[in-house]
Amino acid sequence: MRSVFGLLTVVIVMGLAYWAYQENIKTQAAIARTEKLQADIGAARSRLSVLRAEWAFLNRPDRLINLSNQYLTQLHLAPLRAENFGEIGQVDFPSDFKFDLRSIDVIEVAERGHNNDG
Amino acid sequence: MTGNSLRIPLRPLSRILPARARGENTESIERENIRRRHEEVREDARLRAQSRLLVLAAIFIGLYSVVGLRMGMLSAAEPSELRAVSTGSSIIAQRADIVDRKGRILATNMDTYALYVETEHLVDPEYTANQLALVFPDLKAEKLIKDFTGNRKFMWIKKKLSPDQVQAVHDIGDPGLRFGPREMRLYPNGKLAAHILGGASFGREGVDAAELIGVAGVEKTFDDRLRDPAQSGQALALSIDLSVQAAVERVLYGGMKLLNARGAAAILMDVETGELVSLASLPDFDPNHRPRPPVQGKPSDSPLFNRAVQGVYELGSTFKIFAVAQAMELGLVAPTTMVDTRGPIRWGKFKIRDFHDYGAKLPVWEVITKSSNIGTARIAQMIGAERQQEFLANLGFTKEIPLEMIEASGGKPLLPPKWSELSAMTISYGHGLSATPLHLAAGYAAIANGGYAVQPTLIKQTQPRLGDRVMSEKTARNAMRMLRGVVTNGTASMGEVVGYSVAGKTGTADKPSATGRYEKDKVIATFASVFPANDPKYVLVVSLDEAEDTTGSEPRRTAGWTAVPIAAEIIGRIAPLLGVRPVVENPDAADITKVNWN
Repeated sequence: MRSVFGLLTVVIVMGLAYWAYQENIKTQAAIARTEKLQADIGAARSRLSVLRAEWAFLNRPDRLINLSNQYLTQLHLAPLRAENFGEIGQVDFPSDFKFDLRSIDVIEVAERGHNNDG
Repeated sequence: MTGNSLRIPLRPLSRILPARARGENTESIERENIRRRHEEVREDARLRAQSRLLVLAAIFIGLYSVVGLRMGMLSAAEPSELRAVSTGSSIIAQRADIVDRKGRILATNMDTYALYVETEHLVDPEYTANQLALVFPDLKAEKLIKDFTGNRKFMWIKKKLSPDQVQAVHDIGDPGLRFGPREMRLYPNGKLAAHILGGASFGREGVDAAELIGVAGVEKTFDDRLRDPAQSGQALALSIDLSVQAAVERVLYGGMKLLNARGAAAILMDVETGELVSLASLPDFDPNHRPRPPVQGKPSDSPLFNRAVQGVYELGSTFKIFAVAQAMELGLVAPTTMVDTRGPIRWGKFKIRDFHDYGAKLPVWEVITKSSNIGTARIAQMIGAERQQEFLANLGFTKEIPLEMIEASGGKPLLPPKWSELSAMTISYGHGLSATPLHLAAGYAAIANGGYAVQPTLIKQTQPRLGDRVMSEKTARNAMRMLRGVVTNGTASMGEVVGYSVAGKTGTADKPSATGRYEKDKVIATFASVFPANDPKYVLVVSLDEAEDTTGSEPRRTAGWTAVPIAAEIIGRIAPLLGVRPVVENPDAADITKVNWN
């Protein structure tokens, strides 16, 4: 009886050891995977931050002002001033134009003969 | 009882019988055998106890050595981060970004490399040194050769490398040249808002990493917040508006050059929230390459000096409105009360004069629009030194402003040692008390927002931060009307901006010389303005150091000719950016079309 019990214990211990070993291996693998994912996310974030920095650098006000000066003849971009604003009543709508004017409150003077899209 | 299976009987016949035959006592044989048996048992027990002790000792030694080994390993090993801990949102703990009020980046981080040399791994020190000197023109080849062949084993070459330089160093190909990963602070807008941001540099440095620490401006004030890993994902949002700041700096720079000024400062502040939408000081610097503090010359001539918050100047006639507002608040005068303006006032050896002779009397509102020193001094006499001191303290003129940048503590106002009646009279027109343009902006904001003290801040706010009431709404409204009068028919007539009604007050103060007297022909010209006057939203203070308009027959230095036109140009440029609705009188109605406006 005692030997059977002893044998059983040994078998159980071996089984548990095997299970623990398996779990350990799986955990290690999972940790390694998360580490890799986190490294990837970290790399992606740092890439993103470089792109953001580059975007900010390319859109820095100094550069934009210089570009708008350089391409003034094509783009007609100049600093917005009070004269560029008007009242809605001043807009020359066609006489049969039906539109709820209360929904618009900001208007701008367009360059004569110049396409003002965008 | 184990082992000894062959059990010796206590009275073995083989010995008893012969003994009996010899007539000996057999008891002795039995005793002898009993003794032997006891001995055996004892020996057995001793052995067992010994082996148990041994096992126990082995277990103890084993356990203690495990503990000891682990402790040794922990103390000797490089600290490593826990692997299995969930890191949450922040995977790379970087210094947090700084953004403007609309989320545009003012400061961010870039990965780069630092270059160092391990001299024992250098294959060809001389060639490497010469090549390095070619890549980095600021390094001297001879010095590098000396360093590489000397006793040093390790030396830093460069703290930050550009990608081009990294490639060039790779191309040298010497195994002794090593790269350490670095994170560097990048200010993509260059000089823009340089004084606000300050700058950052490396703190403790290792081969694999270096600490980024703020050295000035908000970078230093919020160093802990920016370095906190828990908040590294959240950018620090300032109250600054990038495009407004750019426009202000550009106009201010143009004006400074045109008027040959030594320096200039501009502050744009929201009157309700105290947010500084723009804060500029010229000359400025590039925070990416922050210059070292000057070792000689006046610190105020250094580009690092922030005139807007550190420059303590006598602000001249811009102060007059405070005396008048207080007198109205106390019920001493009304806007139309006539004030004695006969001059000069003699006070001991001291004389108070006006720029022009304004006759015997002026109404209070004209004392402001014409900027009469004598009239204001008379009003200050009515108020008295004590009440004036209290009022100016409420407006914040007696202490440094606790702005969120480290330099603000340097802007402590200079007060008269004894606040006498004469002090009260001179302070009323802006002499005898020196404060920063930022103090002035805060004071004007209190008038503009209907009478509440407001504390300037650099952090984006979501709601008004009005402080204690310092004057009634009526007083504030009347003061605003007078300030508007200064622009419509007073000393700041060049401050009219199409579409936006500007109110404000000019101030031209002589600069104190090194000897304590006043310099001749050197002035600080200041224009403190509020716009739009009918519904005040922003305060703009423009201050120019030694500006001179030389377009006329003789140089003009008063603020009306220098600071006012610059302020007007700034307002014309920034008001549309700030979304202030202009009063439109557009003659060209046919040209107006609808645009989408988000």
